[in-house]
Amino acid sequence: MPPAAEQHGAIGHGLGVRDDFPIFKREFAGRPLAYLDSSSTSQKPQVVIDAQADHLREHNANVHRGVYALAQEADAAFEGARGRIAAFTGAGSRVTLFTKNVTEAINLVAYSWGRSTVGPGDAVLITQMEHHANIVPWQVLCRERGADLRYLEVDEQGQLSLAQLDRELARGDVRMVAFTHVSNVLGTINPVAEITLRAREAGALTLVDGAQAVPQMPVDVDALGADFYAWTGHKALGPTGIGVLHGRREILEQMPPFLTGGDMIASVDLQESTWNELPWKFEAGTPPIAEAVGLATAVEYLDALGMERVREHELELTVQLLEGLAQVPGVRVVGPPAAQDRGGLASFTVDGIHPHDVAELLGREGVCIRAGHHCAQPLMRCLGVKATARASVGVYSETRDVQALLDALHGARELFALEGASPARAG
Amino acid sequence: MDDLYRDYILDHYKHPRNFGELEPHDLEAFEHNPLCGDELGVHIRVEDDRIADLRFHGHGCAISQAAASISSEELKGMQLSEAGQLGADWLLELLGIPISATRRKCALLGLKAVRGAVTGDDAWPA
Repeated sequence: MPPAAEQHGAIGHGLGVRDDFPIFKREFAGRPLAYLDSSSTSQKPQVVIDAQADHLREHNANVHRGVYALAQEADAAFEGARGRIAAFTGAGSRVTLFTKNVTEAINLVAYSWGRSTVGPGDAVLITQMEHHANIVPWQVLCRERGADLRYLEVDEQGQLSLAQLDRELARGDVRMVAFTHVSNVLGTINPVAEITLRAREAGALTLVDGAQAVPQMPVDVDALGADFYAWTGHKALGPTGIGVLHGRREILEQMPPFLTGGDMIASVDLQESTWNELPWKFEAGTPPIAEAVGLATAVEYLDALGMERVREHELELTVQLLEGLAQVPGVRVVGPPAAQDRGGLASFTVDGIHPHDVAELLGREGVCIRAGHHCAQPLMRCLGVKATARASVGVYSETRDVQALLDALHGARELFALEGASPARAG
Repeated sequence: MDDLYRDYILDHYKHPRNFGELEPHDLEAFEHNPLCGDELGVHIRVEDDRIADLRFHGHGCAISQAAASISSEELKGMQLSEAGQLGADWLLELLGIPISATRRKCALLGLKAVRGAVTGDDAWPA
């Protein structure tokens, strides 16, 4: 066993918070839940479930409308949640908007900023490692506006090249650089501050997809320098149905509304309307109120754990995961070889077993992993694989979960009667 | 013995029958399952309104590959009109293993391609 895992195994319980998450009381086929799909969505601590229920039970009213005491409680809860959430990601100097998810946040920017700014001769620069959510909105924008959509390449170690970024920016036509903070397939942690600095010097805006980063490492949006930083509640121990977009005020002020209707207006005349102030100009309709309360509680829970500790914990599990996978014959891991260069996940293939079958066989042992293209088909093509299996950890993950995965993998190979043929490659 | 990954399923997965390209061919179709990225195409040679020969190509999980392989042996010689009418039940019975809702499209991908080649209809077999 590797030193880190051995040392950790002596404690064995990681952050020791599993009892905070009621779902782990469940068993599957008599086995405990080994949930290794946190990159898809996180499990929820009791405090988050309680905070949402408490809000609905005790403080529920619509926001920004009522003058009665209950409505004021709802207002305070919702707007208070916004402040607590912005503080968690160090976005104090930014405007913090609520959306439905990261996909909607990126669409907001692509539609509102993009359609009022980007035209023929302009370019949007993204990367080969993006989630479809950070590809398709730009594709549609560029097609519609006659602009160029270009990609930064991913090398064999799952890294972007700053030299290629410099070359692309030097062409002088890039208006937006949109990229992920942490890849949901490779695990790669991108050098966000270096990229935003270079883009700013070249006169381009930046949008960072922080969906994977915020739940697992300290994130300081102001320090990272992104013009837009988007993330989602449900991967960060919070509820579904709420996403977050931090944006620079001066840019958001220039942008036209995205969705229109109630709550985002200042006044409505028969033929025209004027817009509400930020952030409400971008929050049409009744927002996710109870979800905001739940998410604020989730980030306070994470804050109490300490994001440095969360990162350290997930790094230890990633070391155990990578070293364990390297010992399974026929397993290939994609992405950066060193654990410290990646987030808490490993995507891999198993020679002779399709990722779907891997996921099915592991699922029978209570081990939950994801299989497929992970909403990153362009990246899959560039890796030369059709699909991978992916194991990803969270604050509640423990060494026994990773061990359960490794044991089940050996079992799957046995069932498929695969011999210890090809040598394992250290991932 | 495993309910799903029975010996004959794994045998068809590892040694799929009637796989490869068929040249020349009269009918063809290519289908994919956007959920998991599995892809299966089929080439069919027709004689006297029957499937004289066919080959599948592509890649996918054990279930999609085994289902295509097993069905290919039944499809050879079948009237086109009959092949175009084949439904999900025909294939699932032929496969002989319990298929969960999430794996149903894996099992039906090959049949979808055959029906598409024969009838031009690219709906999932009902």
